[in-house]
Amino acid sequence: MEMVNLTIDGQEVQVPKGSTVLEAAQKAGIDIPTLCHLKDINKIGACRVCVVEIEKARGLQPSCTYPVTEGMVVRTNTAMVREARKAVVELILSNHPMECLTCSRSTDCELQALAKKLGIKEIRFQGENSNFPMDTSNPAIVRDPNKCILCRRCVAVCNEVQGVGALGLNERGFNSIVAPAFQHPLSEVNCVYCGQCVNVCPVGALKEKDEMQKVWEAINDPEKHVVVQTAPAVRAALGEEFGLPIGTIVTKKMVAAIRRLGIDKIFDTDFTADLTIMEEGNEFLHRLQNGGKLPLMTSCSPGWVKYCEQHYPEFLDNLSTAKSPQQMFGALAKTYYPEKCGIDPAKIFSVSVMPCTAKKYERQRPEMMDSGFVDVDAVLTTRELAAMIKEAGIDFNSLPEEDYDLPMGISTGAALIFGVTGGVMEAALRTVYEVVTGKTLEKLDFVEVRGLEGIKEATVDVPPVGAVKVAVAHGLGNAKKLLERIKKGEAEYHFVEIMACPGGCIGGGGQPRVTGPERMSLEDNYLDLRTQAVYNEDKSMELRKSHENPAIKTLYEEYLVKPLGEKSHHLLHTHYQAKPKYQVLAEKEC
Amino acid sequence: MSCQCQGKTGEKESKYEIIDRVVDKYQGQEGSMIPVLHEVQQAVGYLPEDVQAYVAEKMGVPLSEVYGVVSFYALFTTEPIGKYKISICLGTACYVKGSGRILEEFEKKLGIKVGETTKDGLFTLEACRCLGACGLAPVLVVNENVHGRLKITDVPDIIEKYRAMSREEAS
Repeated sequence: MEMVNLTIDGQEVQVPKGSTVLEAAQKAGIDIPTLCHLKDINKIGACRVCVVEIEKARGLQPSCTYPVTEGMVVRTNTAMVREARKAVVELILSNHPMECLTCSRSTDCELQALAKKLGIKEIRFQGENSNFPMDTSNPAIVRDPNKCILCRRCVAVCNEVQGVGALGLNERGFNSIVAPAFQHPLSEVNCVYCGQCVNVCPVGALKEKDEMQKVWEAINDPEKHVVVQTAPAVRAALGEEFGLPIGTIVTKKMVAAIRRLGIDKIFDTDFTADLTIMEEGNEFLHRLQNGGKLPLMTSCSPGWVKYCEQHYPEFLDNLSTAKSPQQMFGALAKTYYPEKCGIDPAKIFSVSVMPCTAKKYERQRPEMMDSGFVDVDAVLTTRELAAMIKEAGIDFNSLPEEDYDLPMGISTGAALIFGVTGGVMEAALRTVYEVVTGKTLEKLDFVEVRGLEGIKEATVDVPPVGAVKVAVAHGLGNAKKLLERIKKGEAEYHFVEIMACPGGCIGGGGQPRVTGPERMSLEDNYLDLRTQAVYNEDKSMELRKSHENPAIKTLYEEYLVKPLGEKSHHLLHTHYQAKPKYQVLAEKEC
Repeated sequence: MSCQCQGKTGEKESKYEIIDRVVDKYQGQEGSMIPVLHEVQQAVGYLPEDVQAYVAEKMGVPLSEVYGVVSFYALFTTEPIGKYKISICLGTACYVKGSGRILEEFEKKLGIKVGETTKDGLFTLEACRCLGACGLAPVLVVNENVHGRLKITDVPDIIEKYRAMSREEAS
């Protein structure tokens, strides 16, 4: 690798050619503040906060986009630099609503942190303030364009990572606004509610639709029986909200914390993840053996399902009819569970804690009422759960370790890995292999489908069926590439797993945010750290195959009878509908 | 996918056929968004949402990207333009000679604000910067026709002139 030598603040640094001044400074341990910059995602030099002096260059230059050259001399801490950075942030603040105390991002806002870091005590500029309407049009994401600082991180993640392009930068000058085309509300465009924009927003301009109040009210209502489910990926990230290092699994403390919120039963989405494998695995075998539509595509990720409905309706018949674990749980929480425990299902309030914003949308889909009620009454993101734990005054880190309630709290390692990309595929393979061959699987780890590579492929020999070809994609940008390949006949598979978010659910839009500066300072990708934690936990579990879950066996014996049976069909399976990508073109046909 | 009704009658190219033709012409060329939109606007007259969405689909980019470009550049319009576009110069020379008041008079007489089009689709009112005809200040152009050394009292005459022209064409 060709190396370049430069001097930053009198310190000599050697970095690979093609590095930016910002990257070189980081290597030298010199801190340059950033705002719009987001490692691997947004590098456009839009905000000018990271400006530095570079000898022989004109004026000040943004270090996040400026490439290093041999012999370059950089100064990051001069009066001119400090004044320019302050002026830039003051200008942003001069058109920013000063409601920090009540903002959802208070103490967790990158702009606020930056203002403090740069020592901004007053705002010297005064002018007009933006007055855009809020977008509360949909069940998942709230947009407040008045808080937007036009950093365009959300635009980058929506367009370049996800390939959705629901958000863009519209208009010009003071009227500039990050919004869907024509300033339409998100509910009327091709947004899939994945919430990746929410994850990268440095301020309070993008957040999840708050459902915490609804949950508090149910907890306070003595008539309500509140049952909670927690998704696999939540336990791999919740600790970050309480100062624990990224990659800490906090399952048992999380259970203890949720119990102390005053709910009635704490169950596990992992239980229905195992159930999903039973249904989806059998659906796969059924399609394979009866000439059904292949490749079978997973349907656990509601962002992916909506993307398929709007962008690739030609693949709707490939989607598994199995509901997501959240919705399977919801359907059982108001049928099987109350029947078994002698509770009036009308009194049950079912809450799910999800790493996801799209789950808030999924629970409100009209198909999701098979129990005779709304199957899931409220969805909290990982962030919202943390906020409720804090509001309740629970000292998370000193909690004892506690177990889930029975019977819907028993699960396997196969269910746990649903939280990472490749996990559903691996869990399915563990079960499908043993069900088909009748033999015990020697090696449970299907490492080919693990990791953060965008598209992963594997071929598994499942005698007597033969070679089963599978593919895994995470992040909708990668999904698009995979689907195009399949569409053009360039690749053929039997089974495909797609997750809307990069890394799978551990990188979901409802997970704790990892700020721009944090992403810069971490040696590893934070998604890798969460992923590793999940696989380590899987390894330590006694049960690692869904079909070995005793509570699932009992569920079939007592209630469902058999996978793909009549009751399963009614409660655990669903259907999909093509939806127009652009409403205006759907209407154009004469 | 393309709307067929106008195409089948054989009368004229439908707006979606226009887009097909223009986008195909620029196929594979980097940075062709602006020329494509420019040609489509010339042929269709303006760039409403369905036209932008169709361009986006045809070019394989999100609608948000197309709209970002359209809403950035002043030369693109999402509203239909009137048959006669009145552009009043608000450059320095014209302005000091009272073109601002002339613009106000047009707004009053036509019942529209600058940037808008009359309900009958006849007039669009626009303000522009220097037309390079300061000797004629205050000056305006209606489509390609220049009207100079204007007085406020000229306003009704100009409007009537084009109304009459339109009536004549119609008969």
